[in-house]
Amino acid sequence: MSGGLYSMQSKEFDKTLDLKSVKPYGDTMNDGKVQLSFTLPVPTGEEAIEAAKQLLKKMGLDNPQVVFYKELTPGYTFFNCYGSCNHEVDFTTISVPKVDSSVMDMHQTDDYIKENVGRSLVIVGASTGTDAHTVGIDAIMNMKGYAGHYGLERYEMIEAYNLGSQVLNEEFIAKALELKADALLVSQTVTQKDVHIKNMVELVELLEAEGLRDKIILVCGGPRISHELAKELGYDAGFGMNSYADDVASYIAQEYVRRASNKNL
Amino acid sequence: MQSKLGLDFKKVDHARELAGKIAVDIQGFVDRYSTVAVERTLCRLAGIDGVDDNMVPLPNIVVDYIKERGVLSEGVLFFIGNAMVSEGLSPQEIAVKVSSGELDITRIPFTSKEKIENTLNPIINSSINKIKARRERRENYIKSMGEGPRPYLYVIVATGNIYEDVVQAEAAARQGADIIAVIRTTGQSLLDYVPYGATTEGFGGTFATQENFRIMRSALDKTGEELGRYIRLCNYCSGLCMPEIAVMGAFEGLDVMLNDALYGILFRDINMQRTLVDQFFSRVINGFAGVIINTGEDNYLTTADAFEEAHTVLASDLINEQLALIAGLPQSQMGLGHAFEMDPELENGFIYELAQAQMTREIFPEAPLKYMPPTKFMTGNIFRGHIQDALFNMIGIWTGQGIQLLGMPTEAIHTPFMSDRYLSIENAKYIFKNMRKIGDEMEFKEDGIARKRANEVLDLSIELLERLEKEGLFSALEKGFFANVKRAKNGGKGLEGVVEKGDNYMNPFVNLMMGGK
Repeated sequence: MSGGLYSMQSKEFDKTLDLKSVKPYGDTMNDGKVQLSFTLPVPTGEEAIEAAKQLLKKMGLDNPQVVFYKELTPGYTFFNCYGSCNHEVDFTTISVPKVDSSVMDMHQTDDYIKENVGRSLVIVGASTGTDAHTVGIDAIMNMKGYAGHYGLERYEMIEAYNLGSQVLNEEFIAKALELKADALLVSQTVTQKDVHIKNMVELVELLEAEGLRDKIILVCGGPRISHELAKELGYDAGFGMNSYADDVASYIAQEYVRRASNKNL
Repeated sequence: MQSKLGLDFKKVDHARELAGKIAVDIQGFVDRYSTVAVERTLCRLAGIDGVDDNMVPLPNIVVDYIKERGVLSEGVLFFIGNAMVSEGLSPQEIAVKVSSGELDITRIPFTSKEKIENTLNPIINSSINKIKARRERRENYIKSMGEGPRPYLYVIVATGNIYEDVVQAEAAARQGADIIAVIRTTGQSLLDYVPYGATTEGFGGTFATQENFRIMRSALDKTGEELGRYIRLCNYCSGLCMPEIAVMGAFEGLDVMLNDALYGILFRDINMQRTLVDQFFSRVINGFAGVIINTGEDNYLTTADAFEEAHTVLASDLINEQLALIAGLPQSQMGLGHAFEMDPELENGFIYELAQAQMTREIFPEAPLKYMPPTKFMTGNIFRGHIQDALFNMIGIWTGQGIQLLGMPTEAIHTPFMSDRYLSIENAKYIFKNMRKIGDEMEFKEDGIARKRANEVLDLSIELLERLEKEGLFSALEKGFFANVKRAKNGGKGLEGVVEKGDNYMNPFVNLMMGGK
């Protein structure tokens, strides 16, 4: 199946990097190499391989190669494939909304809060709605933290309350009022068929109805959440994969100070 | 048995004794109480099934009816038996009349307890025989067709649509899976009823319903016959309907059930009194039905640190074991849980994991231990994930685990694709075959890392059990001894469904199921 250990393909194309026209990189600039795997609901055989190749071409992959296939159960064939992507993107015009704060470590954030706020910030977090997963909120809040980043509970100048999972929005708000929260963290892990969106929007609506929305820094996080999505849903910031307590704490501290100074103007 | 880790089995006996005392203390409470879930289970055991026009299950209608009239303490069987004597109707007919408002079963003059018992007897026996027949059916299947070697390969299906689940399950079985678990839809654990009928809509899983159980069990029977290998089916006896799901599983021939005594309390914030009463009856049923239970200690380690909190897993395994024994569930049906969840960055992490898995094996030699794969430190890097799962599989075969819950390279990305399952099963089969006898060949160095680790975890567990025994389990749960989670005795969900048993209360199934196999 495979073309041998060494690629004998001709490499007669422009090999200069052009950020206005970026392609995937395999081992040569602009070779466009992409690896992908998928299953087609067809029985295995030459027709299945041809179907996979045609699909790759429709995806914009030249020189489609099926390097491995296997019938998983009658009528379902799994493929590992390679191809050269014939699309490109203009990297120079890309703009992505980002959380606007500089990331500090735990000690820097603690010092920053001491100097600029003068009291502990109260942060209440929960995995809300039907979501039963605590991995995300725990990674941000638990003392131990995650992957070497201490959680908010360890911060000297943060009073952190982790309410756990499946917390109803109403309960969450009641607790926020009781604890006089400065910021709320909403974690959403299981997010099929967009249930998380409805739930997250509902929280914003409830906070607005209670007249609390402007008094609280509202932050969400989870593997499928981006800052852009968060802003769209009416949150102040959103943290996706590879964000840690440091990111969240620095943002909240700086946002709190920013708002306080705006009020004083 | 000679310990490969130099474990002192006198210490293990001491730990067991402590766990036994903790369990007996809890049972003193459990014996005096019932719950709405237990009573609905008794309705089902009396043959009540189906739903009203609003899709409310009849067992809920009958139990809520009695509860609203403030007499739940007498138990549902007393009122149903009494109504059968006076009205000459079957329990199902009685339930329909309660539902339509034609019959108030709490206002029928009471006949003698003896008459009630005699009237209920044939119905009780028919349910007992139905479950017995299901159990024998499984045993015959295994005798005639055989089963996969241990560790059983356990994979999940989670499409939300039972018919799509069947396609996935059949594929997994053909690829080599021994146990198919149908993950429940997000949030089902907090429903105080069990939905009815075949379902095709779920979030991150499929509703557990009796009809869905039947559909999947019959599909796996067919695939098992095709493969000449019995395929087990697993679901979840957890949440607010523990015993109800147990009885539905017993009727439909489920083989494995998640059934932890503490999980719902810690991770679903279900009231502890409710869960402890519910777990007992659910385990009585699972024990009688020949179902292997799986406990959920692995979850402690997704919340707390896997290295630092390893001893809480062992302590909880010991408590789960003792509570299960009280419910008549033998060790051979106890899939006690533990997990491979240490930070991959930890130096010698593999040796620590190996030591703990071997320790758990030696402490519970009869139990088909359930070994859980890495989840917390799966990052979306599917290639590294596949290697993490490979290390986990090596330990599974090395230490002779009973049930290997296969990790998926795409953990933390999506519920498994058919091809993810294929890659995982291939990974496990390759390693299990290649390393089949590694455990027999290898010994652990005297004073080495593994021996030290195992003994340290055992010592810490004993310390914790000593504190738990002094504190009592209720109070320990309030103080956050497990997984750093604190729960109030009168807090959480489902407390309103707990009731102290009254003078007329009856549940003959406990004795029948614990006495006769």
